Amino acid sequence: MARQQRSVVITGIGPIAAPGLGIDPIWSALCEGRSGVGPCSIFDASGFSCPFVAQLPPDRFDVKQVVPKSYRKATKVMSRDIELAVGAAHEAVRAAGLVTKAHEPADGRVTVPADRMGCHIGAGLIAAEENELTAALATSRKADGTFDIAAWGATGMQNLTPLWMLKYLPNMLACHVTICHDCQGPSNTITCGEASALLSVGESMRVIGRGAADACLSGGAESKVNLMAILRQQFAGRLAKASLSDDPTRVVRPFAKDAAGGVAGEGGGILVLEAAESAKARGAAVLAELAGFGASQSFCPDTVGADPCREGEGISDAMLSALDDAGMKPAEVDAVVPFGCGAAAMDAAEAAAIRRVFGDRAASLPLVTLAPLIGNCGAGFGAVAAAVAVQCLRTGMLPARVNGDASLGVDAAPAAARKAELGSVLVCTPSLGGQNAAIILRRVP
Amino acid sequence: MSEPRIVVTGIGWVTGLGHSIDGVWKRLLNAESGMEPTTRFDARTFPTSFAAEVKKDFDFRGFVKDPAVHASAGLNSQFALGACSQAWKQSGLDVKPPKDARRVGIYLGAGEGVLDFDNYVGTMLHAWDGGAGKVDGVKWAARGLAAMQRLKEIEQEPNMPLAHLAREFNCRGPAYNCLTACAASTQAIGEAFSILRRGDADVMIGGGAHTMIHPLGVTGFNRLTALSERKGDPTEASRPFSVDRGGFVMGEGSGMVVLETLEHATARGATPLAEVTGYGSSCDAYRITDIQPEGRGAAVAMLEALRQAGIDPTKRDAKGRPPIQYISAHGTGTKENDSIETKAVKRVFGEMAREIPMSSIKSMMGHLIASAGAVEFITCVLAIRDGMLPPTRNLKNPDPELDLDYVPNQARRAPVDTCLSNNFGFGGQNDTLVVTRFHA
Repeated sequence: MARQQRSVVITGIGPIAAPGLGIDPIWSALCEGRSGVGPCSIFDASGFSCPFVAQLPPDRFDVKQVVPKSYRKATKVMSRDIELAVGAAHEAVRAAGLVTKAHEPADGRVTVPADRMGCHIGAGLIAAEENELTAALATSRKADGTFDIAAWGATGMQNLTPLWMLKYLPNMLACHVTICHDCQGPSNTITCGEASALLSVGESMRVIGRGAADACLSGGAESKVNLMAILRQQFAGRLAKASLSDDPTRVVRPFAKDAAGGVAGEGGGILVLEAAESAKARGAAVLAELAGFGASQSFCPDTVGADPCREGEGISDAMLSALDDAGMKPAEVDAVVPFGCGAAAMDAAEAAAIRRVFGDRAASLPLVTLAPLIGNCGAGFGAVAAAVAVQCLRTGMLPARVNGDASLGVDAAPAAARKAELGSVLVCTPSLGGQNAAIILRRVP
Repeated sequence: MSEPRIVVTGIGWVTGLGHSIDGVWKRLLNAESGMEPTTRFDARTFPTSFAAEVKKDFDFRGFVKDPAVHASAGLNSQFALGACSQAWKQSGLDVKPPKDARRVGIYLGAGEGVLDFDNYVGTMLHAWDGGAGKVDGVKWAARGLAAMQRLKEIEQEPNMPLAHLAREFNCRGPAYNCLTACAASTQAIGEAFSILRRGDADVMIGGGAHTMIHPLGVTGFNRLTALSERKGDPTEASRPFSVDRGGFVMGEGSGMVVLETLEHATARGATPLAEVTGYGSSCDAYRITDIQPEGRGAAVAMLEALRQAGIDPTKRDAKGRPPIQYISAHGTGTKENDSIETKAVKRVFGEMAREIPMSSIKSMMGHLIASAGAVEFITCVLAIRDGMLPPTRNLKNPDPELDLDYVPNQARRAPVDTCLSNNFGFGGQNDTLVVTRFHA
């Protein structure tokens, strides 16, 4: 039914998550089953049902080191989510061997003309940095300590930096990235929870496919390591239950009988997507083909927003639509990277979808689970997952798997990193809110 | 294979000027203003204490099948349900729903939900350790978990209006929410159009829903000095293209449209209201606060939309008119936007630019932020339907630098067959749609 369009390949990956920036630190952590989950160093999170987070420590990532020197001042108005996106884009561009404006080329020559370069970055509901905002709010209190909105309106708000709001608009991730790398083509910011990154990758694929750009920086980023995000995760029934004396590396157990929730993570990734013909023309090393994309909406049970749909029909619709788009049958998929956040209801829906699409093969089709090691990176999760899928195809390896089991009829039990014959990998992300996105990545000979 | 044609078969809006298609349209043509003192919070001491709020007589429960299903709906979702119910009904899909829900998608540009402000601030201050200059995490969690409410927090996710619409209208196809500031819902309609053209759905709901009329929303824009701080009559505060313009005035609400392939609309006997023929999108990649001064990105978006529509901006149409007969301007009423938008339009249409009427309904309805593009798109559909152009209100002191025809102060009768709808967002996002009279 859908129209034939230009084919799209991936020429660079720039994931970012607790183990670090770039595929190398992330891949080695995944292969060793090394968890990034532990106590939170930014604030004491022990008032929540889970005191642990998967944070990216400052010694592994400093945004000032990755922006062009002339842009360092702008890092002052970057929220954590923006920093992650800017870091990921820097790494993806480097990995793809692109020269962009960020490299300040002496002759001004860049690999892809600015007007042919797009940018699609999924973002979350960015929380205001608590200390900065509260320091300002605290200037407007009544005698009894409660907030005085009259004082705030008259003078208190002056304590916020004029550009305060620009740290928290979701499209500022793409704004900073497009400025750094001079992407003047189509650009969008998709905000559909954990489905955001793959929906963005899908949109880039369509934009390149219809000829509106030759290359796109595409993916997503989010930090859930902040008070509001953790509170919302707990309210949504997605936060694990654990105490500080528990083993943090065992807290997230995707698809396990005793799955009890996830932990807040931070990260995401940018992929460099290019029209196959332009990647070939510039002699780029192609890492994988983006063979198919599908999106769907799940049924939202009463009351809308309260619970996910457990049957996973929407999730399987997205998978089938991606397969159809790739012109492939389920039998041709060799591994799946699901969301697998460790929240029982979400995992059940995903497992049901995998069983519906793959039938008898579901029990032996390898899943690659990331959440026990990197936590829930929200809008960025799908981008880490896509980068990992690309790496699986490149190396013919599946990383280690921890904490899961086979109780839901899917292959999620613990396993060491191992060699595998991989021709194509399906990546899928459902979301709170019911949007689902799936992509198929294919190995290039 | 030729590109499938995409038509509009339903429109609906909820705005500060009302919540029925013809009611709001009539008020726009009368140059009425929806601005009044802010009531959503106590804004009396804020630099800006007025806005075009959706009035109290709007109740989304009168629009939906079973309000209990949507008990969690926050303001954005309520606006979205109200607007989309009108559009869905007009399209006739309420009587005869699409056969396959998986071929019905949604693409919205809806904003983040409204903070539970009192409890949020109460929690922050409760946990504030002034000596350390830090919020105490444990105190914060205890207070926050007790004071804030589960569904109110989930509802703040920007994809929740989408979830409510999907449930109400049984949409199981491609579903997206984008949030590119003030360009979001134009972009959403454009991407919905692109999804239909590619054949990935038969029907798409497109639009937006947003309010930022809350303490931190107004704070944010006041700090950026983007809002009008004009004293006196609030109905005179939004002054796009006027020499004494001083910023925009916040509006709120939703605009929703039903788009479908002509083939699908014809097969079910629906009446197209208009056709979408082009969509252009670009990014300034310039600065985080400023628009590219020559309007480069805006011009690129317009040119691409025109190219898709098969329109040469330098050539007159068969009747000797400019190829576009109305532009719905972004026209925020900030110094920078109005002057750069004017430059960009001239860049695209050259000498003919002066002959093309271009008005800003933000002068009456305020700036609906993420949902601005959708209500302005609807304005284009109605301008074509009725041959009437809505005015730019409060344009009594023209800016000598801005020399286009902004349809000052009074609606105008004019035959319109093809319109442009422009929106530009903070962050450098530029989006343009071409809306055309439908001919079978």
